[in-house]
Amino acid sequence: MTPSTPTKSLYELFSSMRFAISLFTLLAIASVIGTVLKQNQPYTDYIIKFGQFWFTTFRWMGLFDVYHTVWFVSILFFLVLSTGTCIYRNLPGILRDMRSFRAEASEQSLRHFHHQAEFFGTIPSTHALEQYLTQNGYAFRERSLNGGTLLAAKRGNLNRLGYLFAHSAIVFICIGGLIDGNLPLQAEQAMGLKHIETRDIPESEVPAISRLSSSNLSFRGNVTLPENDSADVVFLNVADGYLVQELPFRIALKKFHIEHYSTGQPKTFASDVVLLDKKTGQPILSRTIKVNHPLIYDGIAIYQSSFGDGGTHLALSVWNLNGPQATAIPLTGNIHDDTSIQVNQQTLRLEFKDFHPFNIESIGADTTPANLGGNAVADHKNLRNAGPSFEYKIRFADGQALEYDNYMLPVQIDNRWFMVTGMRDMPNKPYHYLRLPLDPQSSLDGFMRLRAALMNPDVYPQIAQNFARSVLPDSQPDEQKKLEISIIKELTMFAHGGYPAISDFIEHNIPANQRDQAAQSYLKILELSAWQAYVMVEAQAHQPAPAQNDATGWFLRDSLNALNDIQFYGAPIYLQLDHFNQVQSSGLQLTRSPGKNLVYFGSMLLVLGVFTMFFIQERRLWLLVKPGEVLFTMSSNRQTFDFENEFSRHRQAIAKLIQES
Amino acid sequence: MTTAHALSRQNFLSSLSVFDWLYAALLWTGAFYAFTKYGHYMDVYEKGFLFGAATIFSVLGWLWKPIRVLLLTVAGVSLFGIVDYQGDLTRANHAFFLKYLLASQSAIMWMSTLFILATLTYWLALAIRSPFAEKVGSALTWSAVAMGLIGLMVRWYESYLISPDVGHIPISNLYEVFILFSIITSLLYLYYETRYNNRSLGAFVLPLISAAVGFLLWYAIDRHAQDIQPLVPALQSYWMKLHVPANFIGYGSFSLSAMVAVAWLLADRGILASRLPSLDILDDLMYKSIAVGFGFFTIATILGAMWAAEAWGGYWSWDPKETWALIVWLNYAAWLHIRLVKGLRGAFLAWWAVIGLFVTVFAFLGVNMFLSGLHSYGTL
Ligand code: HEM
Repeated sequence: MTPSTPTKSLYELFSSMRFAISLFTLLAIASVIGTVLKQNQPYTDYIIKFGQFWFTTFRWMGLFDVYHTVWFVSILFFLVLSTGTCIYRNLPGILRDMRSFRAEASEQSLRHFHHQAEFFGTIPSTHALEQYLTQNGYAFRERSLNGGTLLAAKRGNLNRLGYLFAHSAIVFICIGGLIDGNLPLQAEQAMGLKHIETRDIPESEVPAISRLSSSNLSFRGNVTLPENDSADVVFLNVADGYLVQELPFRIALKKFHIEHYSTGQPKTFASDVVLLDKKTGQPILSRTIKVNHPLIYDGIAIYQSSFGDGGTHLALSVWNLNGPQATAIPLTGNIHDDTSIQVNQQTLRLEFKDFHPFNIESIGADTTPANLGGNAVADHKNLRNAGPSFEYKIRFADGQALEYDNYMLPVQIDNRWFMVTGMRDMPNKPYHYLRLPLDPQSSLDGFMRLRAALMNPDVYPQIAQNFARSVLPDSQPDEQKKLEISIIKELTMFAHGGYPAISDFIEHNIPANQRDQAAQSYLKILELSAWQAYVMVEAQAHQPAPAQNDATGWFLRDSLNALNDIQFYGAPIYLQLDHFNQVQSSGLQLTRSPGKNLVYFGSMLLVLGVFTMFFIQERRLWLLVKPGEVLFTMSSNRQTFDFENEFSRHRQAIAKLIQES
Repeated sequence: MTTAHALSRQNFLSSLSVFDWLYAALLWTGAFYAFTKYGHYMDVYEKGFLFGAATIFSVLGWLWKPIRVLLLTVAGVSLFGIVDYQGDLTRANHAFFLKYLLASQSAIMWMSTLFILATLTYWLALAIRSPFAEKVGSALTWSAVAMGLIGLMVRWYESYLISPDVGHIPISNLYEVFILFSIITSLLYLYYETRYNNRSLGAFVLPLISAAVGFLLWYAIDRHAQDIQPLVPALQSYWMKLHVPANFIGYGSFSLSAMVAVAWLLADRGILASRLPSLDILDDLMYKSIAVGFGFFTIATILGAMWAAEAWGGYWSWDPKETWALIVWLNYAAWLHIRLVKGLRGAFLAWWAVIGLFVTVFAFLGVNMFLSGLHSYGTL
């Protein structure tokens, strides 16, 4: 035995099964981490989730991007090393095995085989046995042994090649993967040659240290292009920042298409793009890219990966919800832009977030019950398109912001029409919706005039007077006056605190047993005051006199409800969308992955190897033919049930051959 | 033992019967008819799949004869169902055969019922050692498979009836692949049943399929998952037709091995030992189904990578589903090495195969339920 040197024992270790299995286990466990902990999220999310201490610890361990850490890649590296040495160790044996028929076996060694049988009798010519072997797919060699003939036969040689294929495949796949991984980039970062940009600055201002040249071997980056815009870079997301990857061409988005099924689910995402020569600006080719149909040009694959709003132009009417004005002022804005407006001595910052050209919504419950038989097709009659909507934030002087979601088209609820606007104070919470009733002209003007009057203390005396006259036409002036005062008081209460203020008042001033009745009459007074106010404002605005019917009754009730809800709306303005000019944007992913071919080649080898190993069984068979006696033995590198079967099948067949001869 | 050795003989083709040829001819005629009628809607891959399927199922039927009867029955009955629709989906609600038997939901409910009956029958057979009851269990399983396949075929057609742009092969969501899983796992089991001429393992394998059926029913009742939904853009790819079935042969095979391992563990302790195949046979079956599973799972993962390269821009993104596929794969690679290279047998490997089932189930169900990623299609 040669003394073991460190190199030799390392070689032993790497090529050992124990080491390989340990690596499998390690790799599996490490992989789990990355699936449980969401990878590559913004660092602030992690800080919120884990706190500063664990954030720092986890970041140090690379847990936010496990699959690219040095330690993870090292496991892969050792797997390649282990598989490589394993092949190196086994290869000579395999090649020898494939060539050899083991014809040199001695009778004694054959008699040690577990699978053997001996036959005595009239022995057929070796020719008949040879024929039998050939028929069963065995190749053989012949030599004389101990005064007889030894037929050394084998089948399923390819099984051994399978080992070679499957295991070298692992090496190919991992190397291919490493080529496409970001190791060189990590090295450059570690050496300080590249630096991640974390500031939110225009691409043109990103310094050279955060830019990668277009000759970069492999990359995978994203760019978002609004329609009619172009770019010659993509952004690689790294840790908590990004790098700018230069492209060898410029890519322009002409148009983004999105199609939907009737149920509102997306059906097609497609971008009409043009590739332009970077220097001359001349078009090179134009193509439509779709999901599952990328464009490959110059070794770079371009994919449709996301979409969004590219800065839709909005034309809006701004309604003041608190002031005495009953008219709107126009405003324009673009999605992704901010603008400031002055409202009631307050500066508000409007941040336009997103635009949706339509909204498929289900009204009421799903009409299909759980259907255990028959039709597997949902009944989609409950779907309808609520039309365009846009989302924005209103940021107040103190930096706090509320989010809003406004629909452009009126919505019908209980046979009445409303403008609908949603508010929430936290992202990801559901919106609370405010409904503003439409007047008979299907406009907001009626409600807004009524609102202005009911919010304006200057007109309360007039309202109260008209009210008192209409209900108490013949009574004493002081009796009328008393009623007027209580009307004004209630209007003021309502204007400042809505229904809760009134019910508070009742609770504190009216004995318990009379409260219900009081509440009824307060509500009645409020509605009748609203009626008076409405008649008044419509006359002032030279509108037809409101009809005295149910519809007007509902309109007044809805208006009061809306006024009450405005207390909780948070913003002093309502933005009504009048027109829009949609601009979409398309998110493209561009990749260069030269290792892919190696990976695919390796994959092919892997499949070939695995199936050869499983389905081609290596078998060896020896027949020692002596006068009056045949010794039959078999072996295989897999002790399976099939092997046992095959052994007994041959034993019977050979016994029969001997009998027949 | 016919199948294994049939292959090794050169005279395989000459061993085929008239019915074998007739069967293949029918498959090819069907494929050719479909090609002449719908060929101009198909791209080159789909044409390839059409004739590829005709070839694969011809050979499969030649190697394993019962497949011929199964496929011809499924084809005949599905066609009857399709014709019975007369191009009108609402007939599923009132036409007798559709409503009670052949509309996809009805067929799938029949499949579910038959699987549960088969489970009970296999148990009964095990309890009273009745070969006859075993045969009934077997027949029930075959019928369940047939109903499941008919359900899928009819569902495929129904999706086109909704609208041609909605039409797609019904292996696109969790509901549909659970049906596929039940069918494939049963077929794998039925194959081993004929191969080893032993039906006692039905009592172990069928409960797992019944569990899948239970999930299916819960999914339909509680989540209304049975509705045919159109495909999101990422799923509109011919890769789906390859990737998903390959994956489910893998999952099915792994599941089978785990249930065999359970039988092994019981028999090893003397429980039911006299009613079950010998430990050697169980051990061999466990190995084989893991080997077959590993092969198909390897293919499926590679196909998935190729699909990902086309849909998401990278063949490997360490997406949770991909990563769990790797974990499953490493798990069984380790299992195979321990057994083949170390030569280990027995309780350790059996327990490992059982644990393998949990890893596998997590990969195909848990990931969808608990982890988010590209596979959840929450975003484009
Ligand atoms: C990710 C890495 C690996 C994979 C996917 C893999 C896969 C396989 C497969 C599928 C088999 C065939 C099992 C069968 O025939 O049923 C096998 C056999 C084998 N593997 Fe690996 N293997 C890997 C790494 C290794 C390593 C690192 C070693 C060296 C320690 C190794 C040594 C062997 C040996 C010696 C055999 C048996 C070959 C024979 O008997 O013909 N494998 N491997």
